[in-house]
Amino acid sequence: MSERNQYHSTTSADTRWYGLFSRGSRDWLRHNEKVREAVRDHVMDIAAEADVLSGSGERRVQVPVRFLEHHRFKLAKGKQSKGVGQGKVQPGDVLRQGQAQGEEGGKSGSGSGEGGLEFVLEFKVDELVEWLWEELELPNLEPRANTIDEDDFTRAGWDKKGARARLDRRRSMKESIKRRAVQPEGPIFTNEDLRYRQLVRRPRPSTNAVVFFALDVSSSVTERERRLAKTFFFWALQGLRREYERIETVFVAHTVRAWEFPEQEFFQARAQGGTVASTAFNKVLEVINERYDPGRYNVYLFYASDGENFADDRQPAGAALEKLCPMSSFIGYLETGRTVQSDYQTETSRLFQRAALKGFPVATYPLAEEGHVWAAIRHFFRRQAAEQEEVQV
Amino acid sequence: MNEKLKEYTERLEALGKELGLDYYPVDFQLVPPAFMMEVAVYGLPVRMPHWSFGVRYIYQLVQHRMGASKIFEVVYPGNPGRAYLADTNTVEENTLVVAHVLGHADFSKNNLLFRRGQEEIGYHIVEQAAAHAGQISNAITEHGQERVEAVLDAALGLEQHIDIHKGLRRPRYPEWEEVPSGEVEDEFQARYGKLLEEVPASEPRPSRRRAAIPPHPEHDLLWFIAQYAPELEDWERDIFLMVREESFYFYPVFACQIMNEGWASYWHARLLREADFLPPDLYVQSAKTHSDVVRPYAGEQQVALSINPYHLGFSLWEEIVKNQGLEAARSIMEQDDDFSFIRNHLTEQMARDLDLFDFSARRDGRIIVDEFDIDAIREAVLLHKFNFGAPRVAVTDLRNDGTLELRHFSEIDGRGLDLSSARKVLEYIHRVWRRPVQVETIDANGEKEIIREGFGPREVSASR
Repeated sequence: MSERNQYHSTTSADTRWYGLFSRGSRDWLRHNEKVREAVRDHVMDIAAEADVLSGSGERRVQVPVRFLEHHRFKLAKGKQSKGVGQGKVQPGDVLRQGQAQGEEGGKSGSGSGEGGLEFVLEFKVDELVEWLWEELELPNLEPRANTIDEDDFTRAGWDKKGARARLDRRRSMKESIKRRAVQPEGPIFTNEDLRYRQLVRRPRPSTNAVVFFALDVSSSVTERERRLAKTFFFWALQGLRREYERIETVFVAHTVRAWEFPEQEFFQARAQGGTVASTAFNKVLEVINERYDPGRYNVYLFYASDGENFADDRQPAGAALEKLCPMSSFIGYLETGRTVQSDYQTETSRLFQRAALKGFPVATYPLAEEGHVWAAIRHFFRRQAAEQEEVQV
Repeated sequence: MNEKLKEYTERLEALGKELGLDYYPVDFQLVPPAFMMEVAVYGLPVRMPHWSFGVRYIYQLVQHRMGASKIFEVVYPGNPGRAYLADTNTVEENTLVVAHVLGHADFSKNNLLFRRGQEEIGYHIVEQAAAHAGQISNAITEHGQERVEAVLDAALGLEQHIDIHKGLRRPRYPEWEEVPSGEVEDEFQARYGKLLEEVPASEPRPSRRRAAIPPHPEHDLLWFIAQYAPELEDWERDIFLMVREESFYFYPVFACQIMNEGWASYWHARLLREADFLPPDLYVQSAKTHSDVVRPYAGEQQVALSINPYHLGFSLWEEIVKNQGLEAARSIMEQDDDFSFIRNHLTEQMARDLDLFDFSARRDGRIIVDEFDIDAIREAVLLHKFNFGAPRVAVTDLRNDGTLELRHFSEIDGRGLDLSSARKVLEYIHRVWRRPVQVETIDANGEKEIIREGFGPREVSASR
């Protein structure tokens, strides 16, 4: 011990390995992973916030998140706290003015400042959809091969003639080598060597779909109800996107008249007036006839309304719906504001029920609160999966 | 290490010895600033992984980028002591840092709190912490990140809740206690035993009975959970004990910060002043660094709302050595911690000379300077140091069904717990305790408030 007590210090050789890895970054990454997990648990809330409806799955959603806080026991904030400072001041001097909002300044206490900072995490919409699928325990849908056929060009064999753009260099080179093996003195390339890829026209099952989102924007539908509808629309679309190669969307809003909107304006649309559902159905029919041949497109229609359709409209709306039903793969009716238990049937829900009874693929979902959105989504996609199995069997 | 710095180090050590410094040998290492920054975050050069360090790391990184903090040195007590110097510092800066480190080394070998800590933990905290980190990495491989993290969430969340007075290694409570003679064993006997003489006296009275656990409020929560958690696995217990050991190491550093930094600053100033072998321009440069370190205000500000412990400690030591001599100062250094140091040696005159003032901060952020009151100033300096900076929470009962009862001593702390964070901490504890856990405190109106975690609905109503 006495030897150790001698005043003899050492200096270690310069150490270079410290820079090689960083514990701090490792733990920071782990923190972010945990944030992602936490975000994942709230995937449904984020989904509701998501500001995108159409667009590809590559699109990203930015989610502001707080740093996770590692909690400890701490005292409740008192009305007043004491501190000590240093400097030339007089008793009674006000060193900082109070703010309207009770934000405690960065004075003493180390823990108080942490946990307040926000940063932004980016999520791919695809990623969110993936999580949601797990969260809702939804089946994975195969890209659906419908009975509807569509012509497509496929590659099939080679020819000595063809368009320059389809010249197969590798093939041509091979031919040239083969030829020169027989006639070593010959030119490197002759026209005889060239090979062109050939295309053949072949029918292929269609994987196109068009999704109509129709929204009742009459004055009786509240902002909250629109949000619920929007959330449903968003996730239904994301889910369908897993099924179809190409999806087109059409947005229709209606009161006593119906209009087609671009997506950006759709959810801002607001109008005065009552609800005449037939206008929306007719608008959808019109668009289908103009642009989307049901022979080539799988048609989906989602209609959200509070169900207070004018009684006078019962006949026209019923007729329009019956025209729509045979050309649609699915029609979903979202009744906002309705509670599950309610026995009371609204005008609109009766319309859809009648269609469902006739054996058309129609379903009605109540949409009074967030939870209903996910129940509806789950129901809708379970149904899609069940259908798919039927088709495959 | 730079040859010149090496030479200065040797000569500074010789000078220190002459002036009475007494320390274990110090191992100096030059490391990159990134390493310094991590040490500042983790408290130890190699420490267990946990996501909460990641958060602190980012804060530190941001501060560093903004130039708000510069870390000159970190030193670990032990035999040998270990000092880390930033390799980006100039030779002038590092010469000062070496002198500063010698002051710390002297302090940590002689201060009683440090001495006791090292006797208990050993003289190799750096190596031990690295071993802990290794064990925890192995635990992660074996039991998975989630499970290890659950244990660390709880253990690190409670890291301030130790009882240094009871010591690092302590036995479990006795399970049995003697029944004091003359005490009747139950209430029935006491009331009716004498009335019914034909009833034969019950069995011979047992001489011992089950002891209550804990027999008194237990403040060492880490120890209690490690010892008494009904379903804690061995590896989980090990993690709790590792965290606890590191807390025992951190306590003296925390409780002597003002004294210790002041002492080291006093010595770097004095050693440089008396080191006639240093070139004059190096001395000037070092003196400048010195004044940067011990200045009371940040940047251009003229008023600080907190105390720079370097400055306060340095000023106090200068004063003590001037008035009472070095020998008296040394014995104060050995015996005090910040509480006694501030209360005994921060005189009214000193506080006035240093322009210290006490202030009140309202919840809305308004800060107003109070009447000068030396007692208020002293207590405000110490305010965040009591009980390792944590509210006083103790185990009051371990029920037969394994329920853990905690109580917050709000009468001492003057306020109740922050309820939402207390709830989160209970969640952490419940995940390792695995039986119901509750903590009693008071709410904003002073009413009793019990937070529960893990109780079934019936148990909650029964215990109301």
